[in-house]
Amino acid sequence: MASPEFNKLQAMDESQNKLRQQGGETSARPTTNGAVRRPPASREAAPGTTVGQVRARNAFLTAEDVNVHYGDIHAIKNVTLEIGRNEVIALIGPSGCGKSTFLRCLNRMNDTIESARVTGRIMLDGQDIYSKDLDPVALRARVGMVFQKPNPFPKSIYDNVAYGPRIHGLAADRSELDHIVHKSLDRAGLLKEVKDRLDEPGTSLSGGQQQRLCIARTIAVNPEVILMDEPCSALDPIATARIEDLMDELSENYAIVIVTHSMQQAARVSQRVAYFHLGNLIEVDETEKIFTNPRTKLTEDYITGRIG
Amino acid sequence: MKGAEARKETRRKVEQSLGRRRRKELSFRILGVGATALGVTFLLVFFASLIAQGASAFMQTYVSLDVEFSREHLVPDGEPDLQFGDFDALVRGALRAQFPDVTGRSERRELARLVSVGAAYQLRDALADKPELLGTRLAVFLPASSEVDMLFKGKIDRSLPEEQRRISDLQLEWTDRLVAEGRLERRFNRALFTNGDSREPELAGIRGALMGSFYMLLATILISFPIGTAAAVYLEEFAPRNRWSDLVEVNINNLAAVPSIVFGLLGLAVFINWAAIPRSSPLVGGLVLSLLTLPVIIIASRAAIKAVPPSIREAALGLGASKMQVVSHHVLPLALPGMLTGAIIGMSRALGESAPLLMIGMVAFIVDIPAGFTDPATALPVQIYLWADSPERAFAERTSAAIIVLLGFLLAMNLAAVIMRKRVERQW
Ligand SMILES: Nc1ncnc2c1ncn2[C@@H]1O[C@H](COP(=O)(O)OP(=O)(O)O)[C@@H](O)[C@H]1O
Ligand SMILES: [Mg+2]
Repeated sequence: MASPEFNKLQAMDESQNKLRQQGGETSARPTTNGAVRRPPASREAAPGTTVGQVRARNAFLTAEDVNVHYGDIHAIKNVTLEIGRNEVIALIGPSGCGKSTFLRCLNRMNDTIESARVTGRIMLDGQDIYSKDLDPVALRARVGMVFQKPNPFPKSIYDNVAYGPRIHGLAADRSELDHIVHKSLDRAGLLKEVKDRLDEPGTSLSGGQQQRLCIARTIAVNPEVILMDEPCSALDPIATARIEDLMDELSENYAIVIVTHSMQQAARVSQRVAYFHLGNLIEVDETEKIFTNPRTKLTEDYITGRIG
Repeated sequence: MKGAEARKETRRKVEQSLGRRRRKELSFRILGVGATALGVTFLLVFFASLIAQGASAFMQTYVSLDVEFSREHLVPDGEPDLQFGDFDALVRGALRAQFPDVTGRSERRELARLVSVGAAYQLRDALADKPELLGTRLAVFLPASSEVDMLFKGKIDRSLPEEQRRISDLQLEWTDRLVAEGRLERRFNRALFTNGDSREPELAGIRGALMGSFYMLLATILISFPIGTAAAVYLEEFAPRNRWSDLVEVNINNLAAVPSIVFGLLGLAVFINWAAIPRSSPLVGGLVLSLLTLPVIIIASRAAIKAVPPSIREAALGLGASKMQVVSHHVLPLALPGMLTGAIIGMSRALGESAPLLMIGMVAFIVDIPAGFTDPATALPVQIYLWADSPERAFAERTSAAIIVLLGFLLAMNLAAVIMRKRVERQW
């Protein structure tokens, strides 16, 4: 839509790449698609450096040298990653490698954990989300989150979806609110199943329906980014397939960051994949490249099932 | 070959240990059943003896007498005068008419003691209700004195020598005559629930103590529930975790274990001597009991808040709810039943408390029924304590009756807490 802005963003991208080169990353060289690449010869990643394409075209959410500590635990180490507009990026890696931690940095959910300390810079559409004058409440309205276990409120289906719009004052009157609720349920692919029982408690739905209800609840506040932390790990294959279809549709309007343990899922839904290991971001690249031609041994071991 | 041998040996050992395990389990079960049975037996014996002693107090013996509302006694100077009318004379007259053969002065005085001193008040109230009774003659049921009451209920041993019973031979004979004429009747003892304390057992009721306990508990809940839940929410949701909050936590837990009489002393020093709140008032009682129930409410409320699943908080935070909104929209509604359960348990503890009340003057003999937070009052457990101290047989009976009433209230409150807890369990 705003092409001058788009150009500017790309220009920024490139200048950052140059900076990176000058910063002494010895073997890095810019490639045609504007990302930093290491030569294939080096198969091991040194801590804090990432193989592949951390830059995204049309970057919207960028994390720059992010470190997270839980007390003495160094959970995320020097992670730099960009997420583009309308991009679905999958975070994979063995349990405890910091995927959830990184995801929770992006909407400042880590603020609620007392021991967590986040350093580095995370920019949403050019705005530092950790700056003092940004209220996390406002941020979370822009960066929505869907959790591993479906967690509808113990309220009616309607009230579940209406909660976000209500607290943010998005609807002027009841009919507008009705409209938002219906539209959100529809986009989450749930409206047909529940439209006659909006007054029933959200907890009375099946697991898959509950998760779609949570997605409807998230998109009801019209966020720009949706974070999903293993959204299908508690669901059966059919419910999973529905959520995956849904993600496909949603990616037209939102940037989606999804943590998943399923390679198939990552392959099906994402355009890019980021592989984490022990707090390091080892490798990022286009999904196809990661799965067909991983460039680090760690990534290869993981996707072929030797670790994790 | 060798493998088969070893396997056999293993199986034999397992069999052996199996028997041992079964025996252990059985003996543990027997122990458990025994302990439960013992507890239940004690409880049943306790209830049975209470009811055996106290049930009769819910009935009161009445004497049917023909009373003449004579103008001579009631209208000393022209106008019927409820205040100065000699209602006692009406009762005496009715008794004399019943027993015309009693003539001696002291015998007549003895005769008058068959009927409660409350009878005169009853006649006065009847006349106030119906002024047209003046000058008529009417059969009225008047409360018998506690001695006649006890005798009629079979709680006085006739075979004892006269000087060892509270009822004389003559009174015994008159009572028997009344019984023979069918003039004695047991009726529901309304006075027990409508009167305040009294020196006369047949007039003594628990209304004053009940109202005292009511105002006191009202003050307690109004003070301790808001403070307790606010403290719990703050400590659980907002307070930073550090050495200070640990200290507060330890102190709250300790406070719950402080002997209640200490709170009474504190109340005496702070609320009465320093803040000059009236002695013996439900307000000061409520303040002292609040100190007692606060830790209970805080601990229960914190547990209820902790039990709200973190996933609900995360869901709300993830949507952009502020901390305050998360607490007021989600945590509090879900924790409320648990908080109320804690409050009820605290209240039932407060209702049964007597020791701290002794320290703040709520142990006085108070006839008037308190009508507010600052009237002198006593409380149900203290009333029980006072009555248990009285020598009259009739007070012993009433003590048990008051205990039954108190236990009834405690039972109802704990039942409410259990029901509330059941509802919480169903929520998730
Ligand atoms: N609240 C927390 N407090 C302390 N350590 C934590 C906390 N959450 C996660 N960690 C630690 O951070 C590391 C990364 O955890 P996490 O991000 O949950 O991994 P993943 O989602 O990839 O399984 C782990 O070592 C974990 O033990
Ligand atoms: Mg995780």
